[in-house]
Amino acid sequence: MLKDITIGQYFPGNSVIHRLDPRFKIVITIIYIVMLFTGDSMACLAVGAVFTAMMLVLSGIKLKMYLKSIRPLMPFLVITALINLFLVSSGEVLWHWKFLKITSEGVNISVFMIVRIVLLIMGTSVLTYTTSPITLTDAIERLLSPLKKLRFPVHELAMMMSIALRFIPTLIEETDKIISAQKARGAEIDSGSFTTRARNLISILVPLFISSFRRADELATAMECRCYNGGEGRTRLRQLKSAPRDYIALAVTLLFLAGVITLKIIGI
Amino acid sequence: MAILETRDLTYTYSPDTPFEKTAVDHVSLKIEQGELIGVMGHTGSGKSTLIQHFNGLLRPTSGQILLDGKDIWENKNKIRDVRFQVGLVFQYPEYQIFEETVYKDIAFGPKNMGLDEDEIKRRVLATAADIGLSEELMERSPFELSGGQKRRVAIAGVMAMEPKVLILDEPTAGLDPAGRDLILSHIKAYHKRTGNTTLIVSHSMEDIASFADRILVMNKGKLFCFDETERVFSRAEEIAEIGLDVPQITRVFMELRRRGLDFGKEVYTVGYARDLILRELRERKGE
Amino acid sequence: MDNIIEIRDLHFTYPAEDEDSQPAEVLKGIDLDIKKGESVAVLGHNGSGKSTLAKHLNAILLPTSGKVTVNGIDTADESRLFELRQSAGMVFQNPDNQIVSSIVEEDVAFALENLGVPYEEMRKRVDDALRAVNMYEYRLHSPSQLSGGQKQRVAIAGVIAMEPECMILDEPTAMLDPQGRKEVLATVQKMNREKGMTIVLITHYMEEAAQCGRVVVMDKGRVVLDGKPEKVFSQVETLKSIGLDVPQVTELAWELEQAGFSISPETISEEECVEALMRLFGRLPVNLPAQSNYTDKEQ
Repeated sequence: MLKDITIGQYFPGNSVIHRLDPRFKIVITIIYIVMLFTGDSMACLAVGAVFTAMMLVLSGIKLKMYLKSIRPLMPFLVITALINLFLVSSGEVLWHWKFLKITSEGVNISVFMIVRIVLLIMGTSVLTYTTSPITLTDAIERLLSPLKKLRFPVHELAMMMSIALRFIPTLIEETDKIISAQKARGAEIDSGSFTTRARNLISILVPLFISSFRRADELATAMECRCYNGGEGRTRLRQLKSAPRDYIALAVTLLFLAGVITLKIIGI
Repeated sequence: MAILETRDLTYTYSPDTPFEKTAVDHVSLKIEQGELIGVMGHTGSGKSTLIQHFNGLLRPTSGQILLDGKDIWENKNKIRDVRFQVGLVFQYPEYQIFEETVYKDIAFGPKNMGLDEDEIKRRVLATAADIGLSEELMERSPFELSGGQKRRVAIAGVMAMEPKVLILDEPTAGLDPAGRDLILSHIKAYHKRTGNTTLIVSHSMEDIASFADRILVMNKGKLFCFDETERVFSRAEEIAEIGLDVPQITRVFMELRRRGLDFGKEVYTVGYARDLILRELRERKGE
Repeated sequence: MDNIIEIRDLHFTYPAEDEDSQPAEVLKGIDLDIKKGESVAVLGHNGSGKSTLAKHLNAILLPTSGKVTVNGIDTADESRLFELRQSAGMVFQNPDNQIVSSIVEEDVAFALENLGVPYEEMRKRVDDALRAVNMYEYRLHSPSQLSGGQKQRVAIAGVIAMEPECMILDEPTAMLDPQGRKEVLATVQKMNREKGMTIVLITHYMEEAAQCGRVVVMDKGRVVLDGKPEKVFSQVETLKSIGLDVPQVTELAWELEQAGFSISPETISEEECVEALMRLFGRLPVNLPAQSNYTDKEQ
């Protein structure tokens, strides 16, 4: 049931990409997004595609998994394609029927948009597939730490995020249990009229909320007992250390970005 | 005819994946109408998976479950009725309470059965009395009650459906000795009044020994044994081997037997041990 | 200083929640000294005040009147709160609700991170603590993959890593199965024996209390019995009257005593009971083969 849902979509492994410093991975991903959106020609996109392919191969994760990441966005892709296909009116008319027409420019733009979105999803998936959510949170906290000076609650947000990650499996298991218990009392969760279903949803949500508040309360006490006092003066067990490979990865990424910018300037 | 029967019941979690695990493995058993049965097994023995089949929460991978001689999965659409006939109380059932009043929470099951208001009222009040909840508690919020009272409200919620078979998964978990004795005595009283079939899952052989007609022991997904209490205790050593706790008093008598002082009976309660020792001592005096 | 915990005339009253309800006095004058290195079980039924007492040892609650001193620190002294909590680590009932991190070793490090312990030392203390509770090989696991008993051992490791003088466990086994209970109990006793850590174990299981060096029985906010387990458990009537169990062997000895057959009323172990019964039937203990099927230790 609910237990089968995977969260965070992290695939443990030991590839080069897995071993990169998560802070660098985040920065590289941002540069990658900029790269995809800077280029507005097929040539630029081809450079991005080469970079994406490189990341996918190096991550050591099956292509099937990346294709899976696109599936939930299929409707969005189809709509984007159709809008561009029918609404772009410049270029040579290839086909028309009553008020609908398809132009060569429309086809070009549709293909361009779809490829760009697919690359975007696959490329950013590399980050989440190769980095555990907790590491990711940690890296974000450290990247944003300069903002602490501006009184932005970086540590607090990261702590909230990591506690949420910690409790997701616990709450899923609990939800499963409550659903079973209410089913045993004849609650119809997946059948019946809308009102009975809504009513029965309450029989699940109320116990879940009550238990979550109880958990939050107990956790807060437990954290205080272990001397938690906010982010001030904390040290960390998890050490993030950058290695030469991180700088090389960053340099390669910047090189690709430079390539895209060059292509754009010379107008290819 | 047995009220509940399983034939070669098998259940596999996540089949065809690396996480595949057979939790219940070809279990065949028969439970007769009116029996009070203790169910034992350590965590992961398959006992929880087994009992979730009895009311159709889980569907067997293969094999059958028969209620009153009829396969409960014969008509998939009728599975909800099976849940009314086989009531299942989960572990820590107080965490499923959600209504504003004790009355409404106990009435949730009967209401789902589509009973009329008078019948619901009769059932709620009757079960509340069985489980030892006074009438003035009925309009209180269940969340204001003590832990033990909440547990009883939750148990009453299933009892009020008046199931033919009542299954309780560790009804005394986390309670202190007084709370444990209270709940067990109420369950026994309910069993006596309604004459229904009751299954109690417990880790404590001590608790089970004092009331069960028969004991069902699960181990590694298989039915380890299902027999009269005394016969099960005669296998106490094997039961200790599969990681279950044997009552202290039973262990003492096992050791006495090993040292040549055999009372010829299986001992599992203190009262019985006392009677046995006293009888033996008097007989010797008489000699 | 000999006493690690000193409790003087401790009273505690929960304030009334609203206008209709009465304030509830939960602790009604507790005097208790616990020596360094002792392992003390606080036994009582739900509502006896035992958990409230435990919460005073860690300044989660502060006395309404009276005084609690732990390791020379008055718990009411806010300026020394972290010092206090570092010297008296706390383990709670629900294993899930006290684990903060999604990785075992990071959870064990949590208190050390908060205290600003430098990395090298933290690494060592975390590894040592994980080895002490026998969870080292699980250090990179997620807590959701662990059993209840394993989670509690992780929580204990989190306390051990702080290197406290004393560990307070508030019903740590109430939600565990027999296997998990054994694991946790064995770990706690090991800390007491090998590291000389003072243990305060709050429980309502008499089997667990019987393994401690001293048992304090609470009822209605007061200490009613205090002494070695065999002395305390021989008070069968008192214990039963306040809704607690006694070990089955103690109960049997008491029942036989009532029937006019005296076997030692201070019987708390199976071994003692077996021998007493052998004597009662006029049989001297025979020589035993080396392999004995006592399961006393595991109990």
